[in-house]
Amino acid sequence: MFDRRRFISLLALVSLPALLAALLPTAMAVTAEDAEANVEMWNKVRASMFANRQISEQAENVITLEAPPRAEDASTVPISIHTKLAQTADRYVQKIYLVIDNNPSPLGAVFTFTPDSGRADLETRVRIEEYTHIRAIAELSDGSLYMAKRFVRGSYGCSAPGGKESIEAQARLGKMKLRITDPITLDQPVQAQLMISHPNNSGLVMDQMSRLYEPSNFVRKIEVTYAGKPVMTAEVDFTISQNPNFRFYFLPRGEGELKAEVVDSRELKFESSLAIRATAATLQPPHQHQ
Amino acid sequence: MAVTDISWLRCGIGTLCRRICRIVCHLVCHIGATLCFAAGLVHADVEHEGALPVAEVAPGIFVHSGHQEVSTAHNHGDICNVGFVVGSRCVAVVDTGGSIVIGRRLRAAVKATTALPICYVINTHIHPDHIFGNAAFKEDKPTFVGHVNLAAAMAARGRNYRNALIRDVGADVAESEIIPPTQPVADLYDIDLGDRILKLRAWPTAHTNNDLTIYDEKTGTLWLSDLLMIGHTPVVDGSLTGWLKVIGDVAQEQPERVVPGHGSAANWRQALAAEESYLRVLLNETRAAIKAKKTMQQAIDSVGWQEKDKWLLFEEFHRRNVTASYAELEWED
Repeated sequence: MFDRRRFISLLALVSLPALLAALLPTAMAVTAEDAEANVEMWNKVRASMFANRQISEQAENVITLEAPPRAEDASTVPISIHTKLAQTADRYVQKIYLVIDNNPSPLGAVFTFTPDSGRADLETRVRIEEYTHIRAIAELSDGSLYMAKRFVRGSYGCSAPGGKESIEAQARLGKMKLRITDPITLDQPVQAQLMISHPNNSGLVMDQMSRLYEPSNFVRKIEVTYAGKPVMTAEVDFTISQNPNFRFYFLPRGEGELKAEVVDSRELKFESSLAIRATAATLQPPHQHQ
Repeated sequence: MAVTDISWLRCGIGTLCRRICRIVCHLVCHIGATLCFAAGLVHADVEHEGALPVAEVAPGIFVHSGHQEVSTAHNHGDICNVGFVVGSRCVAVVDTGGSIVIGRRLRAAVKATTALPICYVINTHIHPDHIFGNAAFKEDKPTFVGHVNLAAAMAARGRNYRNALIRDVGADVAESEIIPPTQPVADLYDIDLGDRILKLRAWPTAHTNNDLTIYDEKTGTLWLSDLLMIGHTPVVDGSLTGWLKVIGDVAQEQPERVVPGHGSAANWRQALAAEESYLRVLLNETRAAIKAKKTMQQAIDSVGWQEKDKWLLFEEFHRRNVTASYAELEWED
């Protein structure tokens, strides 16, 4: 098959100067404009959330963000946030704000962490309505702010219908899976995964025949504790994809129960827990209780 | 990339000119095709008007083969197979192309073939490349026929599909409209074109949740549309496990020939087996990734890439397929 990128490179190499001079600057200008799309919206969000506080974009020693440059399915865009701090009591990542500039609700999530989180990393899946920057802003316990950002091309993830899966998600509404991904070592951060079966309707999907919007109905708060202490709290909305899915860390200092409590926008509450007991040097999770 | 690689020259200068035009058109598609004309770079590599070329694959069955591409300003959404079936009384159009322009050119092909009226327009499923020519047939006042789920899918996705069409193809296809079926098919439905019965069948969720096939008894032709994609990477927009089941059912059929939604092949059973094989790779490797507690992104980066060279447009569709498969399969147990 014809390889377009290779051909563009070749085109540049063999040079068709007039053609390039005439057309490339224009094409590049469009790309640059795309990349800076809606700085205005970001400025507004920034002003309302952080006022004049400084936000450092020299953030690679604090926070990084991974997201695909092109979202083939804009309703399910996997993102992954990594932090570099050891979450010690004197300096740790306290909050991570997730901002998606061009979404109908730009502030999509606020995650709160503690030293008991062990590591303030987070993975989830989001919806993208238009080509946009995704920003992860870390607020440290000393009040300083650091931002990582990615530009993602994708469309209509918020206003696209859920389809068949939406019906299935509704049928098993509130069903949860809570598990850890690796064996546990005491005093080492361990990754947990929380899956919540929920349609997470945006309220932005219009039925073109009735001209009515299906009502919004989404998970709005998640509180995860270990041995009674908070390890990850998330205030979220329909920015998070259908069947919200999170991976995060907690620091087991001894036996305890990992517990997730979820509330949706209709004030329905769901919970799930996982008992973790000591066996010699390691801890093992037995059964999940729901 | 090796600078010494000159294999791209082997197709000759005419091909080169067409390729340059295509690249330039892609580069400036935001700005509109006019620049392409201004630069004097238009080459008649795709006809922009006149009847679509069609082949009579069996008596009375005419098929136009679309380009194996995504919709652009250059191809006007002529990217899938469309066509029509002629009876003694009237004509049924099967899919209408990815824009009003392609719909009009398909209508011109019908008119160039027969004076009989167009009494049915059948949409095999929701995807834009199959439905956005519908408006070209409004003046024929046909019965629009589709799967019982098609109207709801059009209602839910129509606005976004149309926005994407204008963005990707251009404002000159703004008259492309979503036209829902006036005759829904829930299971089986027969259409009589005069001395010719078309047997329509609505399938459970597979490629989409609104797949419809057409069987012409007279010639033994089974119009599978996108239940069979040849060359073009299969696109999972309904259910991976559902599609595999439907492929099993389709394989039981004994038609004389089939019409796929994209591409063509001398041996359709081989093509169906190739499609099934790709979908099985998706199924098995995505399941294994979930079981190994890999994240969705890790699955997207690792599942099925060995299939890359077997398919066209793999970069454009494979990641989406893994995403959809992962989301479908992660709640299985």
